[in-house]
Amino acid sequence: MLDVHDISRSFGTRKVLDGVSFTVGDGRMTGFVGGNGAGKTTTMRIILGVLSSDSGHVELDGRRLTPADRALFGYMPEERGLYPKMKVAEQIVYLGRLHGMSQAAATASTTTLLERLGLEERASATVESLSLGNQQRAQIAAALVHDPDVLVLDEPFSGLDPMAVEVVQAVLSEHAAKGAPVLFSSHQLDIVERLCDDLVVIADGRIRAGGSREQLRESHSEPRYEIELSGDAGWVREQPGVSVIELDGRYALFEVEHGSVGEQAAQAVLQRALAAGAVTRFAPVRPTLAQIFKEVVK
Amino acid sequence: MSIAAPQAVRLVAGREISMRLRSKAFLISTGILMLAILASIIAGGILSASATAPKVAVVSETSSAVSALGSSGALELTTATSVQDAEQLVRDGTVDAAVVPASDPLGYEIVALDAAPTAVVQLLSVAPTVQLLEPSDNDGFLTYLIGIAFGVVFFMSAVTFGSTIAQSVVEEKQTRVVEILLSTITARQLMAGKVLGNSILAFGQIALIAVISSLGLTITGQSALLGALGAAIAWFVVFFVFGFVLIAALYAATAALVSRQEDVGSVTSPVTMLVMIPYFLVIFFNSNESVMAVMSYVPFSAPIGMPLRLFLGDAQWWEPLLSLVILLATTLLVIAIGSRIYANSLLRTGTRVKLSEALRG
Repeated sequence: MLDVHDISRSFGTRKVLDGVSFTVGDGRMTGFVGGNGAGKTTTMRIILGVLSSDSGHVELDGRRLTPADRALFGYMPEERGLYPKMKVAEQIVYLGRLHGMSQAAATASTTTLLERLGLEERASATVESLSLGNQQRAQIAAALVHDPDVLVLDEPFSGLDPMAVEVVQAVLSEHAAKGAPVLFSSHQLDIVERLCDDLVVIADGRIRAGGSREQLRESHSEPRYEIELSGDAGWVREQPGVSVIELDGRYALFEVEHGSVGEQAAQAVLQRALAAGAVTRFAPVRPTLAQIFKEVVK
Repeated sequence: MSIAAPQAVRLVAGREISMRLRSKAFLISTGILMLAILASIIAGGILSASATAPKVAVVSETSSAVSALGSSGALELTTATSVQDAEQLVRDGTVDAAVVPASDPLGYEIVALDAAPTAVVQLLSVAPTVQLLEPSDNDGFLTYLIGIAFGVVFFMSAVTFGSTIAQSVVEEKQTRVVEILLSTITARQLMAGKVLGNSILAFGQIALIAVISSLGLTITGQSALLGALGAAIAWFVVFFVFGFVLIAALYAATAALVSRQEDVGSVTSPVTMLVMIPYFLVIFFNSNESVMAVMSYVPFSAPIGMPLRLFLGDAQWWEPLLSLVILLATTLLVIAIGSRIYANSLLRTGTRVKLSEALRG
């Protein structure tokens, strides 16, 4: 488990991170979301030890992180870059060796990765001669060459073509399935929503929310239901314990309280509807991540 | 699986070297440099070889007077059967001059075609003994040439490899690859690897220059000069090693302040000035002992100044050691400050980082 503990950091007089704490569980895909300048990149850089924090620390499995631990991390910085004049395979082998791999192990791992990413034919081309999409794939290979125990990826999906997005998703899930903590940030909330188990929301350098996706849904929005009737739905407004959000002819979207009281109120709506006629739809409405995000950072 | 510091430094240095050796521009410029050095040595050899001994004809009566000069090689003697014969040899250009009997106190006179053969006259003249109170072993022109040679070699290596380091530092910043590197190795290891890799290349080039010039001097028969220069060259190499590391660290640290290749030139120009000033001081003041004495202790000019003073015999035995200690201390200090600037500036992209901010961190 990766445990970020009360980290603060200022650049000059500007406080970029203020007491940031969250955890990334083993085998949990953790999405890290926040607006531009919220502190995601700074937090990730501090986790990787690329940047130092003014206070606070990061633990892995209850121990303070050491450089030796960090060598086992796979890191993909937000601002991509490799040596333009180095050959793809050579470069990835070099980065593998910098992570402590032997020449043979780094070469073997590079070959496997490049094949998997569909880049094996460009292995001896220089990075600058690759297309942008292929450069992104090479970047992914660079982050994964040493078969990392922990993944920290800053915007791993930005700039990827749809095929590469799929590959990266598969790789992330694979690592998580092996029990590795995986932390990734993204602006693409739909991808985060599809992929993550846990969520950490940061705004203005403070953690606004964190926990499992479902938990967040519950705590940051009232349970909502939608119902579609054969007749007019206007009567729903009069139901006790129910507040209607949207009403459109035979359709109603309403909110109830948390817990069993709310559930009973929703069931009461359904019973009355059934008594009145046919019900074509009745379902709980899951708030999207985008809605939760807006709710949390507001 | 984490990486040990020496291994990290070695890998970084190895990459610097292999990337450089793969650059055609580097290989071609090194080749041209080596050819130029070889050509200048051979040209020097041919020039000195063409200054041959004057040819002089003698007759039996005068041969004893000049035979000593003939056997030492200062004159090339031809024995003529008679004075007329000797004059004929002068007329048809077979010899430059003839030494024939005469009735003056010397017992002989010189016959030449249209001008007094100064070289022969000087050789046959009796000159009073000169006692120099402060003799100098070397002539001024040679000193000048050697001074320039040390200066050029140091200047060229420092600027060439220094700017290579600077470009490589900025390349990593500009392409952001530095962030990946820093997630597994430290900024200090990265800088050490860069300085080491480029230093090895610079030393390799210097060694190649030393070998080529020694070979050239030996082949062209100028080994006497080689013997006189040997100690100075050895000291030059020692000073070069530390002096270069000092300058390399400065280039790395200053280049880390900027994020674009276009800005490398302006940000490293103070360092280039530090290298250039000793070069010009050597050219203009190589005969001024007090300027040279100061230069041989200033860390930036010591690699040029001290070997030159040693060659001239102006320096006491302990002076190079003291100068070396000063250079070493400066180098360590610069590495300490430089790696701080480097580490604090690497992740700051965009505008140029202020030196004060880089030092504060």
